[in-house]
Amino acid sequence: MNIDNYLYLSALLFTIGAVGVVVRRNAIVVFMCVELMLNAANLTLVTFSRINGTLDGQVVAFFTMVVAACEVVVGLAIIVTIYRSRRSASIDDASLLKR
Amino acid sequence: MEPLLTIQGPEAMLFWVLAPLSVIAALGILLVKKAVHSALLLAWVMITEAIFYIAQDALFLGIVQIIVYTGAVMMLFLFILMLVGVDSSDSLSETITGLRPIAITAALGFGGLLVSLLGRATLGREPVGLTVANAPGNVQGLAVLLFSKYVWPFEVVSALLITAAIGAMVLAHHQRTNIRPTQREQAVNRFRSGSLAGAAGLPGPGVFARHNAVDVPALLPDGTPAPSSISATLKARGDVIDSGQFQLDNVDTTVKEEK
Repeated sequence: MNIDNYLYLSALLFTIGAVGVVVRRNAIVVFMCVELMLNAANLTLVTFSRINGTLDGQVVAFFTMVVAACEVVVGLAIIVTIYRSRRSASIDDASLLKR
Repeated sequence: MEPLLTIQGPEAMLFWVLAPLSVIAALGILLVKKAVHSALLLAWVMITEAIFYIAQDALFLGIVQIIVYTGAVMMLFLFILMLVGVDSSDSLSETITGLRPIAITAALGFGGLLVSLLGRATLGREPVGLTVANAPGNVQGLAVLLFSKYVWPFEVVSALLITAAIGAMVLAHHQRTNIRPTQREQAVNRFRSGSLAGAAGLPGPGVFARHNAVDVPALLPDGTPAPSSISATLKARGDVIDSGQFQLDNVDTTVKEEK
């Protein structure tokens, strides 16, 4: 097996996550798809760390995990705030700027 | 293109078993209807990625992936799902016409671009592997980098964490738009509203000494049931028992008390 296969896998996962962000309407599922994309990027970083023989890629992946954790906390707080005022978790309903 | 580091034996088998499973689970996130099922499938994808990390000599990241993602992050997701509940946004019908074909076409283009790019790219050298870098131990190697070369990003990340924690607190903080009435104000309002009938509070449910449950309306002095003694929710559910059978002169002995 070629080590490239890990890169192909993460490209696939990233693409699937991107489609999910566009297609799904529930804000929480959209958020999960963003997490999927972040994870795919992490897999790429770990694989390149192995290809290059240095641990720098793993350090960057570690930082990505921290940023993802922050993003989840703030994002879910935003979802809860919007849900509290609009009684809906649908991303189509939050269109105040359009009207 | 020269052949890259070839992986044989158990790791290749692990990859060929787990990679299709993780792709199927990722597709499932898009296709399943309920958000809870999406969350479970995402947890599975994250566990497979943790296994891939461990297989690729990133032991520390694999463990962190399991603890942070499948532990903390997915728990948060499920917690928020429980708070928000299920609503119409779970349906898979498209609201913007033509969105789905456009999205799938764009995804095919994007994915094809990525894959073809990866297929043609070369690093110009052979892949090294991590046996040398991991020689003092994976955690030790990461720690040396983290506290020397990356010490400034590490400090900045701590600022980011604090900002996120405060941001979440600010967002989740709920400010009352009206002042909560005190007990005294409530009492004054009761006496000053229309009639004095309910000023002392509504009658409690139950027929004293016969059936003292909340689903039986209290009896008024003239023997008629008092509808105001029953919760509106029970009434709407149809869970109210007729209190006539508990009156003194005609006790229905066929009614059994609920134990």
